[in-house]
Amino acid sequence: MSSGAILVLGGRSDIGLAIAKVYAREGHAVQLAARNVFDLEAEKADIALRYGVEVGLHEFDALDVESHEAFVTSLPALPETVVCAVGALGVQEESEQDHAEARIIMRSNFEGPVNILAILANAFEERGSGVIIGISSVAGDRGRATNYIYGAGKAGFTAYLAGMRNRLATKGVHVLTVKPGFVATRMTDGMDLPEKLTTDADTLARAVFKAAKRRRNEVYIKSIWWLVMLIIRNIPEFIFKKLKI
Amino acid sequence: MKLAGWGRYPARDCVVTTPRTAEELAATLAKGPAVARGNGRAYGDSALNEENTISTRHLNRMIRFDETSGVLEAEAGVLLGDVIDAYLPRGWFPSVTPGTKFVTLGGMAAADVHGKNHHVDGGFGNFVDWIDVMGPDGVVVRASRDDNADLFDWTIGGMGLTGVILRLGLRLRRVETGWIEQRTIAAPNLDAAMEAFETHHNAPYSVAWIDCLSTGASLGRSLIMLGDHAPLAGLPNKFRQVPFGPPPAQKRKVPFNAPSFALNRFTVKAFNALYYHMGARKTGTDYVPWDTYFYPLDSILGWNKIYGRRGFVQFQCVLPDGHARAGLEALLMRISDAGQGSFLAVLKKLATDTHKFSFPMAGYTLALDFPVSEKVLSLMTELDSITLDHGGRFYLAKDARMTDTTLRASDPRAEAFAAMRVETGAAGAFASLQSARLKL
Repeated sequence: MSSGAILVLGGRSDIGLAIAKVYAREGHAVQLAARNVFDLEAEKADIALRYGVEVGLHEFDALDVESHEAFVTSLPALPETVVCAVGALGVQEESEQDHAEARIIMRSNFEGPVNILAILANAFEERGSGVIIGISSVAGDRGRATNYIYGAGKAGFTAYLAGMRNRLATKGVHVLTVKPGFVATRMTDGMDLPEKLTTDADTLARAVFKAAKRRRNEVYIKSIWWLVMLIIRNIPEFIFKKLKI
Repeated sequence: MKLAGWGRYPARDCVVTTPRTAEELAATLAKGPAVARGNGRAYGDSALNEENTISTRHLNRMIRFDETSGVLEAEAGVLLGDVIDAYLPRGWFPSVTPGTKFVTLGGMAAADVHGKNHHVDGGFGNFVDWIDVMGPDGVVVRASRDDNADLFDWTIGGMGLTGVILRLGLRLRRVETGWIEQRTIAAPNLDAAMEAFETHHNAPYSVAWIDCLSTGASLGRSLIMLGDHAPLAGLPNKFRQVPFGPPPAQKRKVPFNAPSFALNRFTVKAFNALYYHMGARKTGTDYVPWDTYFYPLDSILGWNKIYGRRGFVQFQCVLPDGHARAGLEALLMRISDAGQGSFLAVLKKLATDTHKFSFPMAGYTLALDFPVSEKVLSLMTELDSITLDHGGRFYLAKDARMTDTTLRASDPRAEAFAAMRVETGAAGAFASLQSARLKL
């Protein structure tokens, strides 16, 4: 089995850490990238102790797009797999009024992720191998009043990943789009999530690993979401606009 | 969020917070009396607090491991199964393990759990070098046998009522393989079962499955399972290729609550008879993987649903050596009279207690579970009094329904525990449904 490294962008997030652990368990070295990465020392020790793999910490700011080239050059080795778990949910009502806040949310979910993945994609293409995993969201499947600013960023990210997959399909580079529904994480702490539709970061991470191994293109986590979103996408707009969902 | 213990009785709506740092934990404690909850494997209401339940599942990092002493430093929310996953391939195994690996290290310390080696090694607490405990004021104190020894002693077995265990140092044991050399002895009645425990008091692991519906001359018939970690040299060739055992079996899942009529005296009686006779035919020595030996039920996720929607209650007492024989007979007779069978009836010899409020004492422990019903609850009250008559006491990690009068009659240490809680301020900061019910 390949034991090339996995680079986790958003290495502080529950989803990013959970995915790092699943790969580490399979013998892959881990590169955790996040802002103020020095305070992930405890996570670094934990992953190294549990799985006996190399773990590196790398300072990374998704919104500081000018720094991304230098960040990639600074990595000890070009990773075999990159997972982008960067994102920000925000509060819809606040971002409707505070446009600066809205910009940050859209940049965190689209501009930052896309910029760093563009650089890595070129490097992977040149090498002729690599796996790019983007954690997008079901919120990107159709704009809804309750979360369309976050959703718009994710919709852009989903479209970008699809295009990149199309471009790199013949170049040995695989792109996987992950569309989680509700995930119980720090981001959703305190929200009342419906149990049947909610998963946790560990389950999600195992599903992502499996999907990447099988070269799946796009996966919903918890298959019920595929059905839910099929219905939501197909409701005619003249009805949809009056719904509260 | 609707929460319950492993027995799914009682279930209550609880406010749950899942802190990721000591600061977040301190902020949660400041909101009012709370209890820490690990992976929810205590059977009753030990880890329920309607206003403030603190999940330790995100305080779950391993911190350091010393390859020479085998001491693992870890946060309280680390699962025992994760410790085995990480360290068995390197030749280390938990020094004490309960019957499931889906427990947190903090929960194991709080209940001072015992395993099949209690008669030789004592409880989990014996292998804990130190604990970091957050007290009522949100300050973290390291406690060990030398420093803050009282806090250490009360907290091991203190059911989370002295503070929140944040981190601990835990001694693992060296093993050469993950295989267990198992020997099964069929005991046709209670006397034979107890005699087998006495004869094999040197066996590192021992436990008995007991048929609690057998009567008359077969009362207490049992299968005693002895075990030891198999050395590499002793392993049959085919197992030597996989010295740490095959990966845990594919997990099956109980998909829904069984209807309440699925378990009754006839099905349980038939099952028990079959199980005993199958076991009696297979007596002798064989090699089994660690997962099968220690955690037979872990391969069926959610087995607690087999008892149906109403849930089940556990009864576990320990009877002191001198009174154990008479007490066990009285308990078993009452149970088989009532016709309330239990699949999971377990008999085990225990060593003396080592911590101020731990459950074990030198004697025999009997554990059974029953689906919840009015009839069962009144049967359990009768079992309580039989236990009291024979000088026994009860395991709080299993309890969901005992009265505070019963607890105090069984255990003079309860009063001292409650007084300590008042004196240290723990009484105002840490509380569970169980501590309220038992006036601890």
